[in-house]
Amino acid sequence: MISPNLSAIFYLISGVLFILALRGLSSPETSRQGNLFGILGMIIAVTVTFLSIGNFSAGFIVVLIFLLIGGLIGAFIAYKIPMTAMPELVAGFHSLVGLAAVFVAIAAFLNPEAFNLGSPGNIKLGSLIEMSIGAAVGAITFSGSIIAFLKLQGIMSGSPITFKGQHPLNALILISIIILTYLLCSTQSSNLFWILLAVSFLIGFLLIIPIGGADMPVVISMLNSYSGWAAAGIGFTLENTALIITGALVGSSGAILSYIMCKGMNRSFFNVILGGFGATEQSGSSQNNKEQRPVKSGNADDAAFLMKNASSVIIVPGYGMAVAQAQHALREMVDTLKKNDIKVSYAIHPVAGRMPGHMNVLLAEANVPYDEVFELEEINNDFANADVAFVIGANDVTNPVAKTDPQSPIFGMPVLDVEKCKSVLFVKRSLSPGYAGIDNDLFYKENTLMLFADAKKMTEDITKNL
Amino acid sequence: MEIDPFIFRLSIFILSIFIGYYVVWSVTPSLHTPLMSVTNAISSVIIVGAIIAGLAGKSDSIFNTSSIFGFLAISLAAINIFGGFLVTQRMLAMYKKKKKDK
Repeated sequence: MISPNLSAIFYLISGVLFILALRGLSSPETSRQGNLFGILGMIIAVTVTFLSIGNFSAGFIVVLIFLLIGGLIGAFIAYKIPMTAMPELVAGFHSLVGLAAVFVAIAAFLNPEAFNLGSPGNIKLGSLIEMSIGAAVGAITFSGSIIAFLKLQGIMSGSPITFKGQHPLNALILISIIILTYLLCSTQSSNLFWILLAVSFLIGFLLIIPIGGADMPVVISMLNSYSGWAAAGIGFTLENTALIITGALVGSSGAILSYIMCKGMNRSFFNVILGGFGATEQSGSSQNNKEQRPVKSGNADDAAFLMKNASSVIIVPGYGMAVAQAQHALREMVDTLKKNDIKVSYAIHPVAGRMPGHMNVLLAEANVPYDEVFELEEINNDFANADVAFVIGANDVTNPVAKTDPQSPIFGMPVLDVEKCKSVLFVKRSLSPGYAGIDNDLFYKENTLMLFADAKKMTEDITKNL
Repeated sequence: MEIDPFIFRLSIFILSIFIGYYVVWSVTPSLHTPLMSVTNAISSVIIVGAIIAGLAGKSDSIFNTSSIFGFLAISLAAINIFGGFLVTQRMLAMYKKKKKDK
């Protein structure tokens, strides 16, 4: 048994270690050390909690068993999960944080004595407010993440689900959450607590269904942020510094990522959250005329010829590369190019893929050195000097329409200047429009060669022909 | 009059938001996926509350409704802690620099 003051100091230390864990991520060299700081912080927090309770009776064994079960499942998932499934995994993990927050809030509500919060039916007002906020945000995180997970897994359609009166309904539910919290605090009724939880689960579900698949980077970041705020809410209830610090860190981290993702699409946060983007309304009449425009298509042989005669190649990967699992084949192709003294670099758009940094992880998995991979601002001027751009699985992020046509829904979105390359190789299965539902002008450019095939197969074929 | 301890916690919270703001802006975009998985892992420090709830039962009846929710929360948070840190470790191990001698 250690004193509350001593344990508070240890919680502070673990909070500081968590800050260092995030700080380490400023460069890949320091990141691994940062992760160790995070692990150390967690070990300190858990150990101190056991010591401060000092109850090593029968309950202790049960706690250890549940800890072990969770730990084994977690470790198993961490080793088995393919890197392409990372967005789903993160969404799944968010849902667990949310649910854990809900469960802790329930436990605290049912047995406030254990947390020094008063007695059932007579919980301290401040604690009750904090608890309700933690529980409500946790519940929203849980059900929202479940929907995001199902959409990313493809179990649920990635297209937005909209219905009439959706926004008024959501607004109504959000207001009712505030009213319920107020009533709960004034009456301490446990029925109201359960209703509050149920309504919060419902709104999490309703908030995410209208948001389409390619907007998932924003959704995942947003849910990341929510999971932080939920943890912070519980941290206030438990008067625990480590939890408050962590909640604030995670909350602001997720908010910043959402902001970066929205900026990458030139859309406001509310525009994304209100959803419905890329639904049928975009495909106006103008598009039908455009369908007939001629495109040049080629095969692996043509592509290999173009690349062999190039001195520099820029690769533009997108979500399609992840779907086709083409990153290893791509890396082999690049190795062959490099043997021929061709300079190769990779250009990553901020919203390429289904979560922030998705493409970078896949390329890292395929052993691509991270100093060959560049962000949009770093590399965009190089397209004009490059001989070949190889677009694999990306679409909307290369569309020049975003710079030229003010009528376009993606006008103003920062795009990669792929069309400035001497020639463009565009690997795609068909001419179908991308997520934004608009035609890509790049397909019809003089210097574009379309390679209609599965990304992985095409890349392998090109390598053979090099 | 004494200052309510809540104010101190609020101060910690607000200052931590600012720390988070500056620290996260300095994270390199190529590590945004590991950032998400590691924030996932650390926010599972909520396990602290779950352990308190789980150990709150009396010795004659360790399973009451409250502690059962505590036990379940322990497992959920543990999945995240182990899963989150290990998968981050696995990802970070893949980020390599170009070999100079090549």
